[in-house]
Amino acid sequence: MSTAPSLAGKRPSTLRGASLPKWAPWAIGAASIALGFGISTAAGLASDIQWALIAALLYVIGTYVISAWIENRRQAKDRVVTSMVWVAFLLAVVPLASLVWSTVQRGIKVLDGYFLTHSMGVVADSEPGGGIYHAILGTLEQVGLATLIAAPIGVLTAIYLVEYGRGSLARAVTFFVDVMTGIPSIVAGLFILSIMLMFEMEPFGFAGSLALAILMMPVVVRSTEEMLKLVPNELREASLALGVPKWRTIMKVVLPTSLGGIITGIMLSIARIAGETAPVLLLVFGSKFINSNPFDGAQASLPLYIYQQYGSGEAPAYDRAWAASLTLIAFVMILNMVARGIARWKAPKTGR
Amino acid sequence: MAKRIDVSGLNAYYGSFLAIEDISMTVEPRSVTAFIGPSGCGKSTFLRTLNRMHEVTPGGRVEGKVMLDDENLYGAGIDPVAVRREVGMVFQRPNPFPTMSVYDNVAAGLKLNGSYKKSQLDDIVEKSLKGANLWNEVKDRLNKPGSGLSGGQQQRLCIARAIAVEPKVLLMDEPCSALDPISTLAIEDLIGELKERFTIVIVTHNMQQAARVSDRTAFFNLAAVGQPGKLIEIDDTERIFSNPSVQATEDYISGRFG
Repeated sequence: MSTAPSLAGKRPSTLRGASLPKWAPWAIGAASIALGFGISTAAGLASDIQWALIAALLYVIGTYVISAWIENRRQAKDRVVTSMVWVAFLLAVVPLASLVWSTVQRGIKVLDGYFLTHSMGVVADSEPGGGIYHAILGTLEQVGLATLIAAPIGVLTAIYLVEYGRGSLARAVTFFVDVMTGIPSIVAGLFILSIMLMFEMEPFGFAGSLALAILMMPVVVRSTEEMLKLVPNELREASLALGVPKWRTIMKVVLPTSLGGIITGIMLSIARIAGETAPVLLLVFGSKFINSNPFDGAQASLPLYIYQQYGSGEAPAYDRAWAASLTLIAFVMILNMVARGIARWKAPKTGR
Repeated sequence: MAKRIDVSGLNAYYGSFLAIEDISMTVEPRSVTAFIGPSGCGKSTFLRTLNRMHEVTPGGRVEGKVMLDDENLYGAGIDPVAVRREVGMVFQRPNPFPTMSVYDNVAAGLKLNGSYKKSQLDDIVEKSLKGANLWNEVKDRLNKPGSGLSGGQQQRLCIARAIAVEPKVLLMDEPCSALDPISTLAIEDLIGELKERFTIVIVTHNMQQAARVSDRTAFFNLAAVGQPGKLIEIDDTERIFSNPSVQATEDYISGRFG
């Protein structure tokens, strides 16, 4: 027994292999960026994207070779997959970050209280000043009305599909929801436009809401359906076994359990339609003046305002377009944050 | 208050598949009847036909008669919702409502079925929780979520929820299979107390449990996989475990099968 430690000391451990130091991934990353930069400079490649892609490729290959050489094959594969995940992460985040950065940088210039509370009423596109109050108002009204139409219909459709739907009707509904998901926004706009032309109507805000509702509905149906499917059947059975009717079971047990997810889905679909330009261009037309009545006369909306300001080609209009973009991004981001907050607040509690 | 169940010629289907065939038996009021038998022999399916929960499963269908005292549960014009208020059920896995507090879980059956005064609800909740031997453990956390309790407590919460609506019959589908021996003992003791007030039917895989808690035992079996399950015999528990009249029962109880 007394010789055991010395024996163990002589034998190489089978449990401990050579491993790269903690700083190795960073070093490989730095080296591949330097190398990528060097190669593209030597080859006279002008674009930033080219050296970045070369560096990313070098990083993945370098990680594998070095790790396979010093460690072993399994570790090398592990490191390669990890490094590919990092590369993919950067590929996704860099454009997003640069988009947010340039929007903030250019949009902040004219974004102030005045800009948010005034319209373009007496301001020509070539003059500075003016604001987006009329566009914010239009977007809120059009999106709000679209949500009032699409959210109840979508949620009820999903309840039908999950709780009641059997047989051919349910299959048909599912099929048409799938088809609706694929409708391009311009086609939804043209559909409403054709009806408007039949009745010889002028553009007005609610027509845009109808087109946006068409776009929003399938998204609400799909997300709500998934949320309802997540509710365990045991809960429905527990409620039914207490002698609770099916509709009350749905209202009091199924919906509260999935409410957080359903609201998140609705918020995300609002975020999706808030940026739609095409149907609004066709149906609401756009206006420089404040029009708070969505049922009469042309209205403005944020995406349409951005499109029209940028299209005018004047320097002050560019600034206004960027500021309006920043406002739209902030609007969508606030919606998402509210959705997360509600989801967390309404989520089934597990605390003791 | 407790009612007698009289089943005759009952078949249950899943779509076109016959799951249990031609079952007839009597369940005495104020007693515990245990169902034993191998997995897949239709014990749970049969249990679920007793409060019309079988038809909740897509394709579920029942033929035959289930008399609750003098009313056929499958007769014309019978409302399954009303049946389930008379015949309560406790499931295999504890399933408290995750969005509700302990209090609301117990009151759920009453609240969802009509309006009650707060003081009335308070009394029923306390009585039911005491009935389920859970009151002392949860009386200080009635407003905490029900899913925060331990597994055994959750199952007793489900029993409290089931007895709060004052059913005549209580069906239990392997109520202890997910619980440790101490929680199991608590629930077995509880079953002994509840049989003073309710007719109790319990499905169990644990033969010692059947021997401990039940007055009568029914043995179910199936000829082969894909064949319908059948009732082999039902008799006093003591007789089933000491001197059953069918060889298959004795083989199953003593572990000689296959």
